[in-house]
Amino acid sequence: MAKHNITMTINGESVSAEVDSRLLLVHFIRENLDMTGTHIGCDTSSCGACTILIDGKSVKSCTYLAVRADGANITTIEGIAADGTNHPLQKAFHDQHGLHCGFCTPGMIMRSIDLLETNPNPTEEEIRWGISGNLCRCTGYNNIVKSVQQAAEEMSKEKEATV
Amino acid sequence: MFSCKTSPEVGGMGHSVKRKEDARFLHGKGKYTDDVKLPGMLSMVMVRSPYAYAKIKSIDKEKALAIPGVLAVITGEDLAQYNLHWMPTLLSDSQMVLPTDTVMHQSQEVCAVIATDRYIAVDGAEAVDVQYEPMKAIVNPYKALEEDAPLLRPDKEGQKDNHIYHWERGEREKTDAAIAAADVVVKERIHLPRIHVASIETCGIVASYDKDTEKMLIYLTSQAPHAIRTILALVAGHVGLSEEKIRIIAPDIGGGFGGKVPVYPGYVVAIAASFLIGKPVKWIEDRSENLINGFARDYHMDCELAATKDGKIQAFKVSTLADHGYTDSSANPSKYPTGMFSICTGSYDYEHAFAELDAVYTNKAPGGVAYRCSFRVTEAVHAIERMVDKLAAEIGKDPAQLRFENFIKKEQFPYASPLGWSYDSGDYKATLEKAMEMIGYDDYKKEQAEKRAQGKLMGIGICTFTEVVGAGPSKDFDILGIAMFDSAEIRVHPTGKALARFGTKSQGQGHETTYAQILAEELGIPYTDIEIDEGDTDTAPYGLGTYASRSTPTAGAAAAIAARKLKDKGKKIAAHLLEVSEDDIEWEVGKYFVKGAPEKSKTIQEVAFAAYTNIPPGMEPGFEATHYYDPPNLTFPNGAYICVVEVEEETGAIDVKRFVAIDDCGNIINPMIVEGQVHGGLTQGIAPAMYEGIVYDDEGNVLNGTLMDYLVPTAVESPHWETGHTITPSPHHPLGAKGVAESPTVGAPPAIANAIIDALYPLGIKHLDIPITPDKVWEAIQESKAKA
Ligand code: FES
Ligand code: FES
Repeated sequence: MAKHNITMTINGESVSAEVDSRLLLVHFIRENLDMTGTHIGCDTSSCGACTILIDGKSVKSCTYLAVRADGANITTIEGIAADGTNHPLQKAFHDQHGLHCGFCTPGMIMRSIDLLETNPNPTEEEIRWGISGNLCRCTGYNNIVKSVQQAAEEMSKEKEATV
Repeated sequence: MFSCKTSPEVGGMGHSVKRKEDARFLHGKGKYTDDVKLPGMLSMVMVRSPYAYAKIKSIDKEKALAIPGVLAVITGEDLAQYNLHWMPTLLSDSQMVLPTDTVMHQSQEVCAVIATDRYIAVDGAEAVDVQYEPMKAIVNPYKALEEDAPLLRPDKEGQKDNHIYHWERGEREKTDAAIAAADVVVKERIHLPRIHVASIETCGIVASYDKDTEKMLIYLTSQAPHAIRTILALVAGHVGLSEEKIRIIAPDIGGGFGGKVPVYPGYVVAIAASFLIGKPVKWIEDRSENLINGFARDYHMDCELAATKDGKIQAFKVSTLADHGYTDSSANPSKYPTGMFSICTGSYDYEHAFAELDAVYTNKAPGGVAYRCSFRVTEAVHAIERMVDKLAAEIGKDPAQLRFENFIKKEQFPYASPLGWSYDSGDYKATLEKAMEMIGYDDYKKEQAEKRAQGKLMGIGICTFTEVVGAGPSKDFDILGIAMFDSAEIRVHPTGKALARFGTKSQGQGHETTYAQILAEELGIPYTDIEIDEGDTDTAPYGLGTYASRSTPTAGAAAAIAARKLKDKGKKIAAHLLEVSEDDIEWEVGKYFVKGAPEKSKTIQEVAFAAYTNIPPGMEPGFEATHYYDPPNLTFPNGAYICVVEVEEETGAIDVKRFVAIDDCGNIINPMIVEGQVHGGLTQGIAPAMYEGIVYDDEGNVLNGTLMDYLVPTAVESPHWETGHTITPSPHHPLGAKGVAESPTVGAPPAIANAIIDALYPLGIKHLDIPITPDKVWEAIQESKAKA
């Protein structure tokens, strides 16, 4: 198995490691870096539990080789509550009861960050399509949709305030 | 309506307080089994059978063992040396841990590879060379019962055919006579296919044996850690692993829904491997393993419903064939091999009913386990609710009207059902009226008539169900002889903060919040001051775990009663502090006071402090109480669900326009959490109704063994759910609560099926089995057109 030296930034910190060619990014994050907030729910990039941000874009890390992330800027669920303050999506999921078992939640939140980045004011239908790559078996999605709506409102208010 | 007794700060029953457990999940700090990492931990991967039925000719481990990092390959022969190659199922059948000669279903575990990391273990699994001699699999349960069918379980002494058991309930002759004499009889064969639980977290274990202390520490995705520990001890006791040496910790669980009740072979092999190697061993299923080795409904039901010509129901009969796969691994209580299937008489009042069931072996994964269903209620409700709709169509009566005319009336409770259950309470009429009002039933009826006149297909489907949850009273319920009580243990610390432990285990239901609310309600200690702990067999009191909507009915009741014991002790302490007789002390939430002198009072926190510092002479110090609750009866939540659909004739596409669910689960602890449970359950109800079903070919191959082709609904397929409730408290539950989480998975599929079939009725289509997919609808439309 060929080895590769890779360096990337995760949640603002630089990490370097020597990894096997075949190592998946999700395993690199969970096992080598001990950040277990990124979850694994399938083997076919169907569930979205492993979603993270690579250079700001949501990506399913279970179908992404760690070597490919060399030089990338990665954000996981552990890296979004800046200085201990909840991200508006974290707050909204809590307010709207957008989680039950919490297993899909990190992936849902990471996906929603990207969604709101590209479409800050989505309709219910756009939210439903926007998170359709992420499965939740517990909540029935109603409250996840509401959570994303609340966060969208809060984030656009914040933006207005800073303009 | 239920009104709150406590302030929002105290947060007792009825408050939609936000969940205490959320923070760790929102920050990625939940600790699930796969997150556990122990020093020196090894990884285990299963080698699985590609065939549904085959002889194992040989297993060659050599190439696998030659891979650096592969430490062991464990086969059935290896386990046989310890008599560990077979294990009992929860219903006294036997299940292979690893086979020594024959594989019985596709994806069955054949051997296990243990290596220093998962990637190497996978390499090892690929390098194991297993030679098979495939045999003709039996896939169809009806064929399994034919006389010339080969005997699948020759290992079982006295087993002559593939029949497992026959069970019946009710009066066959009287029911047959009533059916023979009736004006109208509707009949249907209804199949509920195998489905997959699809909790997003799969199952897994970390087993860690310490040779020096002789203790086995197990992290397990388990909904019932205590019961599993007892079972493990019963099996492994003979190698010295007795119960007190086993500690099971069920950490955070990423959804269970019944799939995390059984003992899977992988658990046993991982435990055995750790015992033998003396290092921690982790085994986490991948999705396909989880999917193919999961689950059932898999009931084929022949139903007959008899009525007068104006629609008075007189009798119901259902004969069922249950496909249990190669072993009966049902999680049903021992005395009820078909669980609570006998609730199949539904919400209606009639005299004659008869239900029978035959279970059969086939070459499929062990089936028969309950999936978000209180032991077969889903099948029962589907049968009766489809048949009631069929009757309505047959006699030309509005299905709502037919239901009103046949409902058990409010004043008939407690109601003795013809199949032997005693329903505790309900107001079915009020529930259905509320659902009809909320959805605007009459308007939809008008719209439907107009659409039909234009040749468009629109359907309205109703399901009014009675659930039966809270397993259960020890007189009726046990698993391997262990009575199905549950427990709560409360410790109030001197400063008035508390820790409470339970025998149940949340998989996302929000126990940390609801249990704290129950205690807040009873004691007046704010819910934020109460820590809830579950899932560690070394610390939690013994309980039977969380499934079958039993946590609130059993452990919730235990919490209330334990709190009341504590309150009684507190009263004595308060009397001592206030220097009056105990009889002069009264209680209001959070406070003891002197009768007629409310200014002379002591808060529960002051009393708690006194329990450690200033107690009446002779009293035992401390402020703790425990209760093991054995319920006097089950609880019977009910609901009325209405669904409106439109079907496109050209394509068979189905559009769910509206779905209204009214649930009556008695008194509500946290309305927000109850609503959330209902939403989730409804999505798990639309799933089997329209999308999900495990598909087998004739050789027993699973054709949709990944989430790419097994269609779990996403946010796009899930409608915007509309929910509401009525409240009929349970008369025998200490909180008047009933349990709710499984009602929607039970009630939604027939409501949706009824709606779709109602839409197709003008085309002469009178029944379709779920999942009702667009292609199934399209084919039915083509067939009906060909006939016309
Ligand atoms: S684990 Fe990556 S999509 Fe399911
Ligand atoms: S909260 Fe459990 S899977 Fe989404």
